[in-house]
Amino acid sequence: MNDAKLLAGSDACVFGALAAGVRFFAGYPITPSSEIANLFARELPKLGGKFMQMEDEIASMGAVIGASCAGLKAITATSGPGFSLKQENIGFAAEAEIPCVIINVMRYGPSTGLPTTSSQGDFMQTRWGTHGDHAIIVIAPYTAREAYRETGRAVNLSERYRIPVIILLDEILSHLRERVEFKEEDIVTVIDRKGPVPGTPYLPYEDTDDMIPPFAGFGDGYRYHITGLIHDKTGFPTSDPGTIDRVMRRMNGKLDYYRDKIVRVKYVDVDNADVLIVAFGSVARSAEEVVRSMKKAGKRVGLLRPVTLWPFPDREIREAAAGKRAVIVPEMNLGQMVREVERAVAGTVPIHPLNRIDGGLITPHEISDLIEELL
Amino acid sequence: MNTVKNFDLYAPRLVDKEEYFAAGHRACSGCGEALAIRLMCKALGEDTVIVNATGCMEVVSVMYPTTAWNLPWIHVAFPNAASVGSGVEAALKVLRRKGKIADRRIKVVAIGGDGGTFDIGFQALSGAMERGHDLLYVCFDNEAYMNTGIQRSGATPFGASTTTNPAGAASQGKNEWKKNIAEIIAAHNVPYVATACHSYPLDFMNKVKKAREIEGPSYIHCLSVCPTGWRVPTEDCIKAGRLAVETGVFPLYEIEEGKYTMSLAQEKLRPVEDYLKIQGRFRHLTPDHIGKIQKRVNLEYKKLLDKVENLHSWSELEG
Repeated sequence: MNDAKLLAGSDACVFGALAAGVRFFAGYPITPSSEIANLFARELPKLGGKFMQMEDEIASMGAVIGASCAGLKAITATSGPGFSLKQENIGFAAEAEIPCVIINVMRYGPSTGLPTTSSQGDFMQTRWGTHGDHAIIVIAPYTAREAYRETGRAVNLSERYRIPVIILLDEILSHLRERVEFKEEDIVTVIDRKGPVPGTPYLPYEDTDDMIPPFAGFGDGYRYHITGLIHDKTGFPTSDPGTIDRVMRRMNGKLDYYRDKIVRVKYVDVDNADVLIVAFGSVARSAEEVVRSMKKAGKRVGLLRPVTLWPFPDREIREAAAGKRAVIVPEMNLGQMVREVERAVAGTVPIHPLNRIDGGLITPHEISDLIEELL
Repeated sequence: MNTVKNFDLYAPRLVDKEEYFAAGHRACSGCGEALAIRLMCKALGEDTVIVNATGCMEVVSVMYPTTAWNLPWIHVAFPNAASVGSGVEAALKVLRRKGKIADRRIKVVAIGGDGGTFDIGFQALSGAMERGHDLLYVCFDNEAYMNTGIQRSGATPFGASTTTNPAGAASQGKNEWKKNIAEIIAAHNVPYVATACHSYPLDFMNKVKKAREIEGPSYIHCLSVCPTGWRVPTEDCIKAGRLAVETGVFPLYEIEEGKYTMSLAQEKLRPVEDYLKIQGRFRHLTPDHIGKIQKRVNLEYKKLLDKVENLHSWSELEG
């Protein structure tokens, strides 16, 4: 693990997924995520896995669902327009509780937008892109090293909790090549999905104590039913109000029940800070530089970096913001995460959005200028 | 020697001097598709609306603050050229009927690459053909997703190396055969389907002109050499297109109301190796692979000749 490597964020995602046991990729060419497909195409056959290029984005997500149901750990990668096309199937995976991971490399949108330009405009779409209340997990790494570890974790979370997980990169992180030195904590452990207990009757959507029904693969010898219709514990469709309520609360309740195992945030000099920055992805790299440079100038600035974006780390942000003079939320969009921060902080501390939508990365200077103004 | 049919219809001196797809775009040097589009636009003339699916052409032809298009042109997301084209055609028809626009025929032409036609845009194309719009769809087939970096598509030929089908010690590149999209469109019972290539410019323009005149849906499949993705020298673009035709890999033909006609009189096909060996994407192929491709090309060509000989036009069948 000690060798230094030169890795792009996209490469790191691939290797992290493979380390966690992913053996199936289905995808479709789209800028700026095609490099992920290209690398999976080279690496998966070496491990006896399967790379499949599909005829479109919808089909890619469909194949991932199919492969996961059959028993392989499955992943896909896409960007903006492709992510939009995948939403119907993401909803299916959420409703049928199919483990799967979707890497979304954010590019400027909407529509074709700016295919080779970075953005953070999909923050809300990752949570609410598909219709209806549903459980979903979104993780946003900020370096190649973290992309490796967090993609591995994404696979594990998805397998463990039967929830679709989205890895949210942006064009900068995906294409940025950097020196990566893996350490002990980067080792990706492999967590497999829970299967049925042999010799006991199998209910594919059983209301178990841990809220996670066991998942049998196709051909494991069990008779069961998977559907995108609202279903009871047998998997068969139901329109009984009591059953619907119970099933949907369990499905969505997994996020609350396991919140602390899912939510991960990173703190940089938060405790004694006067001003708190909340930033994710490539913007967090600029924010980290601000903390460093302003510290040299004797100014106390801290950074809270949500690694897990959804469930949103509202409690952590509320606690970190307490007593600060201001909270700054820089984002490469017109203000999406800032709404969640406002909800978390609930008016106790002044919040200042910093938005850039010209396609450029928010620079450390832009953030530090705003802080100078506030202090 | 090969003779282009209907040569008298379009002699070079009769070709429109007007440039509807102007010079100065950013296509790679030797781009077959850019040439084909230029020729297509000359054959279409000015009463034309172009609906362009995502692909190289959308990127290279409209770099701010310039445009290569001297025609009304709209770029739409990858799957949607045929469906947006359907909407444009239907709306223009209504506006013309109501006397809101000039009473003359405007041809709506949807264009896409092989990815936007064979794969992600296929459903929309099928729907447009089935609904019977007065719409010409032209597929510029360069046999892979060149815009995103040479990924395989449903149009990539067997044995070609792409970034998602890389050839190597354990793989000969793409394992599957190319989808026969012209036949699939013909199965929609549309009045006109043709295959063409920019290396036979007058033939291509004649086909476009014919399709333009037809009231109803029509489809032209234009093989477009991509020196970048095929790994051929840029000066060999035209040569590669001619070899595709002369070897029978990409025969030129028309299907007019069910009647098949070959566009070229070819006494004897050249061996496919002549076509394969000039392209880097096939460099790794062994004699065995080439033999397999030759066998398949022979079969497909025979199937086509059989149709030319034996299939009748709809009016002949009706008696």
